[in-house]
Amino acid sequence: MAEKKVILDHIDDVGEQALAAYQAHGGYKALEKAMKQMTPAQILEEIKVSNLRGRGGAGFPAGIKWGFINREAPGPKYLICNADEGEPGTFKDRKIMTSKPHIIIEGMVIAAYCMGLDAGYIYIRGEFYEPYLAMDKAIEEAYAKGYLGKNILGTGFNFDLYTYLGAGAYICGDETALMNSLEGKRGYPRLKPPFPAQFGLYGRPTTVHNVETFSAVAPIIENGGKWYAELGTPKSGGTKLFGISGHVEKPGVYELNLGTPWKEFFEDIAGGVKGGKKLKAIIPGGSSTPVLLAEELDGMLLDYESIQAKGSMLGTGAVIVFDETTDMVKVAYRAMKFYAHESCGQCTPCREGCDWYYDIISRIYHGEGRVEDLDRLEDLGKYIGPNTICAFGDAFVTPTLAFIRKFRGEFLEYIRKGKYGQETTGALPGSQTKSEVSHA
Amino acid sequence: MAFTFNESSMKEFQKWEKKFPQNPEGRRSLVIPALWISQWQHGYVDRDIVNYVAEITQTEPLHVWGVATFYTLYNKEKKGKFLLQFCTNITCSLLGGDEIFVNTCKKLGIKPGETTSDGMFTALEVECLGACGSSPTLQVNDKYYVNMTDAEVDRLIAQFRGK
Repeated sequence: MAEKKVILDHIDDVGEQALAAYQAHGGYKALEKAMKQMTPAQILEEIKVSNLRGRGGAGFPAGIKWGFINREAPGPKYLICNADEGEPGTFKDRKIMTSKPHIIIEGMVIAAYCMGLDAGYIYIRGEFYEPYLAMDKAIEEAYAKGYLGKNILGTGFNFDLYTYLGAGAYICGDETALMNSLEGKRGYPRLKPPFPAQFGLYGRPTTVHNVETFSAVAPIIENGGKWYAELGTPKSGGTKLFGISGHVEKPGVYELNLGTPWKEFFEDIAGGVKGGKKLKAIIPGGSSTPVLLAEELDGMLLDYESIQAKGSMLGTGAVIVFDETTDMVKVAYRAMKFYAHESCGQCTPCREGCDWYYDIISRIYHGEGRVEDLDRLEDLGKYIGPNTICAFGDAFVTPTLAFIRKFRGEFLEYIRKGKYGQETTGALPGSQTKSEVSHA
Repeated sequence: MAFTFNESSMKEFQKWEKKFPQNPEGRRSLVIPALWISQWQHGYVDRDIVNYVAEITQTEPLHVWGVATFYTLYNKEKKGKFLLQFCTNITCSLLGGDEIFVNTCKKLGIKPGETTSDGMFTALEVECLGACGSSPTLQVNDKYYVNMTDAEVDRLIAQFRGK
């Protein structure tokens, strides 16, 4: 099995970001087809048949999400593209935005037409200034060609699309935090229900998808939902972008049919472990997904179900590779430092729990751990995830406990021998979370 | 003198005004863009800017300050002309990004987060920049530099000094 380029097709062509180049490879044909030959109900049916699932990490079926919107509800309704790509290890959306922004726009207009939405926002993380400029330029081009704005393709359908620039907060990748941020507030996640389809941006019906999810829409409409579904497995339709990084010979973003065997991807496509070393473990879908040992990867397929069966998640498809020399206590420490910095501080169990987790992992890493610390983390974890508004609590508890359970020996070595971890930066990271006014 | 937008900042702000509904909720959506534009003009966000942003977005200074302190990218103090932001998250650390950061601070004679006395460089440790396929990553102001090594950072710093 090789790479299957649906979204990444021609992505490295010079000038692909220009509208002309996108159109040279059939760009905006799907929009014409959707708006001139199909009814909204037919579009929705194709998306359902395609088995497309949300590519931002949670994997919710797109067709079901689109079906939640009541097209006939009076008043404005919104579409949001989540381009707040911040999950450590993830770098796929940035590539689409900078190299093929029109595929996002085309997917969004089709989605808006299908659901009867009035305006859309692309929420881009603040660090992505270059992708933001690329998206702005593409939106301008699309307006000039009549793919956005009033009376799109002469159908009478109006849809405006705007970019938005975040300002540095991982939590804004949560769709409800993102909407609060778009409303000019602190990015605190909202309690659900009500769900965005009923009460979203400005309290209006809203649909939110990841960049990659929108990017799959035009190819689905062009080639049919059945075609897309058959690229994947019966339960995980289509292709998925995998960003592989760390100790790997050929890091990068690859597009694969869902269900591709891990072994083929890792060894044949990504070239295996860097420098011919042995594989120790991987994180399969971004830092919030539990680590998997090399021996757990036998027979694993790259799809939602297969990775779940191994006790982890497909997540964002961000694979981080660790070779045999990796200090897993250091990895757990660095990951936890990230979460302690990024907890938004809204819910007490997460805000305090993050700092406790970080303090404990930090003291283990710095040679001052106690044997009972490992059990204390297990126990503490029970009270965090279930008692918070969003998934952030689980996102740091589950992977941290996976590190401890799977590399208990390494943690115990640090604790028993007082092995002093090399301070990664010389900074006093705890001070970031405690002395600053903000948590995000 | 109290802070106000200069001509180009005002032009930029007017571009953003068109993106949101013409009502108080839409005005509030301008808080984050207005803080950005202020920072692009002034380099960092202070009380004067908070008051000004509150005025033009028809919100309260307290709200604006709450927003400004929530988001990491708003500088609360003056930074160097070149803001060196080193990613030290998992992938970058695996490939030496954390060491490059520490080494750079030493070479510049500053502690993490500090600015050189000539006002040229501030070195910061930052979270995942979303460019893990070409780690380690360094962001200087708005621009990404990838596949960093100590030697490459030295070369960049020399180049920036010449500017």
